[in-house]
Parts: sequence; structure tokens; C-alpha cells
Amino acid sequence: MNHPHPPETSNEPLAPGQRLPESERKTFSPEAIAEIHAIMAQYPDKLAATLPALYIAQREFGFVSLAAMKAVAAAIGIPEGHVFGVATFYTMYQKAPVGKFHFQVCTNISCALRGAAQLLEKVCERTGVKPGQGPSPDGLWSVEEVECLAGCGVAPCVQVNQDVYDELVNEDKLVEVMEACKRGEYRPWGY
Amino acid sequence: MVAIRTKPDHHTYTFPGFGSEKFPNLLLRGAGDLNNWHLPVYEQQHEGYVAMRKALQMEPVAVTDEVKASGLRGRGGAGFPAGLKWSFMPKDTPERKLTRYLVCNGDEGEPGTFKDRVILEYNPHQLIEGMIIGGWAMQCAMGYVYIRGEFLWLIEKLEAALQQARDAGYLGKNILGTGWDYDILVYRGAGAYICGEETALLNSLEGRRGEPRVKPPFPAAKGAFGQPTTVNNVETLAAVPPIMRMGGAEYAKIGSPKNSGTRIFGVSGHVKRPGIYELPMGTPMNFLVEELAGGSSTGRKIKAIIPGGASCPMLDEKDFDVPMDFDNLKARGSMGGSGGLIVMDESVCIVQATLRLIRFYAHESCGQCTPCREGCNWMQLILHRIEHGQGRMEDLDLLASLTPRIGMRTLCPLGDAACGPMDSALQKFRHEFEHHIIHKTCYAQGSKLLSSVGAH
Repeated sequence: MNHPHPPETSNEPLAPGQRLPESERKTFSPEAIAEIHAIMAQYPDKLAATLPALYIAQREFGFVSLAAMKAVAAAIGIPEGHVFGVATFYTMYQKAPVGKFHFQVCTNISCALRGAAQLLEKVCERTGVKPGQGPSPDGLWSVEEVECLAGCGVAPCVQVNQDVYDELVNEDKLVEVMEACKRGEYRPWGY
Repeated sequence: MVAIRTKPDHHTYTFPGFGSEKFPNLLLRGAGDLNNWHLPVYEQQHEGYVAMRKALQMEPVAVTDEVKASGLRGRGGAGFPAGLKWSFMPKDTPERKLTRYLVCNGDEGEPGTFKDRVILEYNPHQLIEGMIIGGWAMQCAMGYVYIRGEFLWLIEKLEAALQQARDAGYLGKNILGTGWDYDILVYRGAGAYICGEETALLNSLEGRRGEPRVKPPFPAAKGAFGQPTTVNNVETLAAVPPIMRMGGAEYAKIGSPKNSGTRIFGVSGHVKRPGIYELPMGTPMNFLVEELAGGSSTGRKIKAIIPGGASCPMLDEKDFDVPMDFDNLKARGSMGGSGGLIVMDESVCIVQATLRLIRFYAHESCGQCTPCREGCNWMQLILHRIEHGQGRMEDLDLLASLTPRIGMRTLCPLGDAACGPMDSALQKFRHEFEHHIIHKTCYAQGSKLLSSVGAH
């Protein structure tokens, strides 16, 4: 799932009276545009702002939708195709909606040796979502299987949203983290 | 200001005798102490910025010569002498003034490697100091630190540390009265293993897809934004301040011949005390695994060790005594790599482990060169078929015939990296593959490295 799903195609046109989803109608706020322009000024070439601007778009739009890519291209003044190419190359730009708490479970070799495969199954069981299949009905959880998170020494390693790593050796620890998410101790998606 | 994370890791960082003359503590000073990243702590307790003051009083060429004399080899994986790399940078001539850049490679994505994370977490000022010295030696205009996107909390920390250095006058205009302007910017990657390759990293830094470039021109001629650039690993740059403090000749005495200095080894997998250990180069592998990391955590015998991150060929029992430096590991048919040891005990099915590793390379291949894009994918498909009981005996020859057609035929070493584990597993554990094909089950019963829900 590294490509965005187009909101409207010739095979599946919008029904009469149906509107595009919110993520496809939005544009950047003036603050976000100013932020992108400030980043552009830091580098010798404005193209270098593509990656940071896509992070800003992810924060503003919730995920990197097609409209978000177009907004980035317009804000920097570069071709839309370039932004699409970059956004689909990197895996940390989510091209589909994710939950409020996005669990990224590393299943690479060091983590797998210490039970990451079983942990991934537990995460899926507890949250009720499959990896890469969008958020749970309540919008709280989504799960992704990722490659090495450089936490091999504290394996198995899980990243919740963008800034928390945790040592999840057993199911109790996982439940603890999920409860902490619900209590609001972890930053929700969108930073 | 953002909150800096205060949660400690549960790694092991130290061992009895660490910090003595035999096991010098050069890179992991203060590891484990979460307040260690503050400038006053670094200056007062860890001889911080002493080396920088010394270097800024020397001629830039003399600094490069000092690093050359130390024999420091790049810690990213290839082991290229750092001083030599620095000397490739073109110098200013009266007719032509150049803009040079120093780029720090903090895109740590190699499975089994977690050393840069520790330096950035506990000792960011040592990296900043190393980058200032490197910038002075090559007379760079800017330094860029490229850090993988997952390390957001470390980026926040490094930016706070950079601000402290700026406030102290170590970065910015006219640094310490030398008339030299230099600043460091942090650039956040977005989750692509390939960006650890230096030209892919430069492409990513320019805001493009992280696809490796055709070489030549090498980065020293045409790098970031078309200007001469040197790319060094986090650990390489963090090793520069100790070199300047103690002198290159003194540093060269640590470690084994032609592989001087200390190196951070990360141990993960089936050991009692997984963690980060700083040891002189050339320390025997079984000393690290058995004595320091405590040996097998499960009580079963250790079957295989990957000595330097996932791309290095596996070693079996007869090579566990290998001294860990670039040359000795190469002589035993493996690589020094990035210094991450992955320890596997007897319960591990090598077919599963190889499949998991190859799946990683198939997923992370950038898709630019056909041998790697198609070859890794085919290796994954064939291994998947063997693992799931549908393998044929001729598949083993097919796998063996694929690797020479991938290795050395791609723009960057990712294709070679995929061949390392594949070739070594086939050579050293062929009986496990054959067992899988004949009996349709694992040789090591009960090995569960692959999840049933996983879907890349």
C-alpha cells in the first residue's frame, strides 16, 4: 500500500450529490505555508523542502492524500509529479488514513528472534485491525508491519505514532501501552 | 520548546573494566545518563569541546593529517579511511572559491544496528564537536545531519543541543574568532533503508527519491546540491574529538593493526544482556558474546552469528573466535559492516531467518537496477516456497545461481548486501534447506520467526 487510492476515477465516478472526502478538499493553512517557506529559505535549493513539507502535509491533512501532494507542489512551486514520486517512495508518508494511535511493529530479524511475530499477532488481536488495513472502526488504532526501527537491543520493538519506542516483551506490557494511549499519555497521530 | 524524552532504554551500556586503559571509553561517555546531552555536562565531565578549540588553532590540513595518522576507518560499513576521504575534498584556489558541505549519515536502518541511536541519545555534543572539527578541516560552509525519520525524538534532542552550541558561539558566524562561518542543519529522512547509501542520502537531502547515483562523479567532486561533499557516519564523526584530544598517533595504538580505535558493537538476539558495548577493534567475538553479553539467553547452544548487521554473511561455530575488525572478518568470509551482532541459537530455523532477511531487501530495494529489484524478489519467492513446503531440490542451485548475478552488478551495495546472508546460509546450513525440502518442516522444530498476519 505505497500508493494513494484516487478519490474518483473514470470507473468509479462520484455519485450525484456526493462530495470528495475532507482530506481531498483541504488546502494548507497560512501558517503551514509560512512554515514551508521558512524551510525553503534554509537550503540552497527549494527542492530540498519536499520531504519536510510532506511531513507538514501529513500533520495538516492527517495523511498524505493526493490533495496534500498537490498542495505541497503548489506551496514550493515544483511539479506535482515530483512530489508524487517522493511521497510514494518513502514509507513514512502514510498514503491512507491511520488511527489515532498508529502501532508500527518491527518484525525484522533481531525482533523476530525475541518474538516479534507473535507480538504482531497479539497487537492485531487486541486492536482488531490487520496490518495495513486502515484504522479500527472507533478510529483509535491502526497497525503496520515495519522494517528495523534500530531498537534491536530492546527487541521486540514497537513505535507508537512518531516518537515513542517501547520494549514490549509480553502481552501485559502491550496492554499497559494501549491503556496509556487511551489515557492520553502518548501524543496522538498528527505531529 | 518540545519536551525531550526522559525514558531510559533497557540496554546494557557498560561492563566491569569499561573505561580502563584496556577498554577505553571514547564514544559512550555518560551513556545511560539522560541528562548527559546538556552542554555544561559535556564540557565539565567529558572534556567537551577541548578538541574543537585545539583543532581551530591548527591549520585545516594539519587536522586532516591528524585524522589520517589515527588510521580511523569509516564506521558505516565499508571501512574506508576517514582521513583519506577528507583529503579528497577539493581546495580553494585563488581563482575559484568552492562551497563545500559535510554530511553526517544518521540513517541507521541496518537490522541489528543501533549504535547511532545511542550516540544521538546520550552524547549529541560529541557528534556536533566532530562535525565542527570535520567542517574546519575541509573548510565547509554547512554541515547537514541526515537522520532517519523514525528518530523524531532524537532529532528534537539534537536540535536542542545544536541551539546550545549556537548560544555558546561554537556555531554560526566567526566561530571563536577564526573568521570561519559554519552551521549545522538537521534533515529528517522518511523511512527508506536505501538512504543509508551515501549518494542516495544526498538525493534524499536534495528532496528527491532516495535512489543511488551513478559514480563517478563521487560526492567529493559533485555531492549535495552539486557541490563537493563528504559523507561520514555518526560514529566516525563522533570518534574525531577523542582523536584530536589524544593525538592521532596515540589513537592508532588502540585496536589491531590497520584497524585502529574503538568501535561500538551492538549485540541483539538470543543473549542474556543485549546492548551496546564499546570495544577496541580486534576484540574476539566470543569474548563479547559469551563474557560481556552473557551468552545464550535460552540455554541452548548458539548456532550462528551475523557479525555486522544483516548484510554480512553469517558465521557458524568454527568462526566464533574471530577478532572483530574489518580485515579479520573479511578473511573469514564475512564483513565488519556496521558492528551489529545478531546472535541466533539452535531453535532458529535458518530458512526462516534467511527468508526474513531477504524479504527486507526485496522490500527496501529502490527499484532502480534490475538485478537487485527482480533478483531479491525472486529469492524471496523461492525461499517462501521452500519454507512453506513446496520447495524442490533444484531450487537450491537456482538460489546459488542468482546471487552472482545480483552481486557487483548494481549501482549501490544493496544487491551485494542481499547476497551476503543468502550465500552464507546456503553454504553453511545447506542441510537445513534440504531438510525443509524433503520433510516439509523446519530442521529446528518450533521456530516462529514469521507472523501469519504479516503483509508487506
